[in-house]
Amino acid sequence: MDFGQWFVPFGEVAPLILKGFWITIEVTIVGLFFGFILGAIAGLARLSRNKIIYSIATVYVEVVRGTPILLQIFFVYFGLAALLNITFGALTAAFIALAFNSGAYIAEIVRGAVFSIEKGQMEAGRSIGLTHTQAMRYVIWPQAIKRMIPPLGNQFIISLKDSSLFSVIALGEIVYKGQQYIATTYNYGQTYITIAVAYLIITIPLSLILRQIERRLDVS
Amino acid sequence: MIEVKDLHKAFGDHEVLKGINAKVAEQEVVCVIGPSGSGKSTFLRCLNLLEPITSGNVTIVGYDLTDPKTNINIIRTEVGMVFQHFNLFPHMTTLENVTLGPMKIKKLNKQNARAEALSLLEKVGLADKADVYPESLSGGQKQRVAIARALAMNPKVMLFDEPTSALDPELVGDVLEVMKALAKEGMTMVVVTHEMGFAREVGNRVIFMDEGIVMEENTPEEIFSNPQNPRTQAFLSKVL
Ligand SMILES: Nc1ncnc2c1ncn2[C@@H]1O[C@H](COP(=O)(O)OP(=O)(O)O)[C@@H](O)[C@H]1O
Ligand SMILES: [Mg+2]
Repeated sequence: MDFGQWFVPFGEVAPLILKGFWITIEVTIVGLFFGFILGAIAGLARLSRNKIIYSIATVYVEVVRGTPILLQIFFVYFGLAALLNITFGALTAAFIALAFNSGAYIAEIVRGAVFSIEKGQMEAGRSIGLTHTQAMRYVIWPQAIKRMIPPLGNQFIISLKDSSLFSVIALGEIVYKGQQYIATTYNYGQTYITIAVAYLIITIPLSLILRQIERRLDVS
Repeated sequence: MIEVKDLHKAFGDHEVLKGINAKVAEQEVVCVIGPSGSGKSTFLRCLNLLEPITSGNVTIVGYDLTDPKTNINIIRTEVGMVFQHFNLFPHMTTLENVTLGPMKIKKLNKQNARAEALSLLEKVGLADKADVYPESLSGGQKQRVAIARALAMNPKVMLFDEPTSALDPELVGDVLEVMKALAKEGMTMVVVTHEMGFAREVGNRVIFMDEGIVMEENTPEEIFSNPQNPRTQAFLSKVL
């Protein structure tokens, strides 16, 4: 085997993967953006003392967390079309599926962070005469938001990797681009290595940054 | 100033306070002592409704706590509370801890709130710590900031729940000094404490609680030198 020859597919697949890379980034950022809004609302609802609001949010969170994301993707892309005659392009379907999926996990991050603040903080706030709402706003939230940063970063990494599943609905993200190349060339090994590198380029620096942030939050 | 009539408090079916009667007059310092688990904290927390009252009556600074029309947030501005574990707000500087209430509730502007807070911090001996965060304070300093935070609302009564129990012994004195000064100024105080020296020196009256009941109540001299109830005798023989 000509050793130099072995490297040729890397050069061929890299530009394709790069195109997919931008789609992956786009889906992750847009999906998570809406996921964050959804998650903040659902998280607040999960903290609500209103039973109906709480229940709706709880059903949402449990349904999403209790079913595979692959099923959720199929449901948004094929299921809604069959049931309600609503059709989306692959990109829109990906935005929706990722937003709904990450929103449920973010809701639990929000709720968990608020719950993690010691009970004495609310009591101290209330005991000087703050209303519940004021104590949440000035005492609990500023502390809780700090604690959300590491798990939110973690969720970014999870959603980024989950976006590879959109290859099943022919969205041209990293994995899909790689598979297209494999279909014509059968260069499995080099393609998969390139795909892995494409993900690691984002995930490794991000984990490092997160660890740094976590360390800083631990100190204070 | 405070009047408690037949106060009962249960957590589920566990009755913790079994009919407490107590009175605290203006400018009086009442110390509450008793074994751990006897309901001292629960009693104190019922006085500002951090714990909802199961039955009975509490009037404090002129408000009836059991009247559903009373606005608890107003009462709490007039009843300061100091906790065993300080509960300072860790994301705020010392000064911000003290100014939060005056700015958000009394709507003082920043300048006025700051000036008042600084004079309170001076009073507790911590003016030089105004701009640091609680994490860099010792336990005794934290507790003094917590006292300043409560005083910032100009309360008519101060409730203390074992304010020195979480402190290293060498830091207890500074906190007790601040409380002593407060008592001298005429602040009405209810102090749950294990510091018998403080109760003897500063207290006008001592309440001994056990098993959710006021077992004995008297002046410090009487209760420490001549306890009547066998429970009081047993407790004091252990702690004195
Ligand atoms: N939030 C609560 N829920 C259930 N039980 C409680 C709660 N707070 C206190 N208790 C119980 O009430 C009793 C009295 O507690 P507490 O008032 O803290 O006593 P003390 O302050 O005298 O040590 C204890 O048996 C304790 O377990
Ligand atoms: Mg206690």
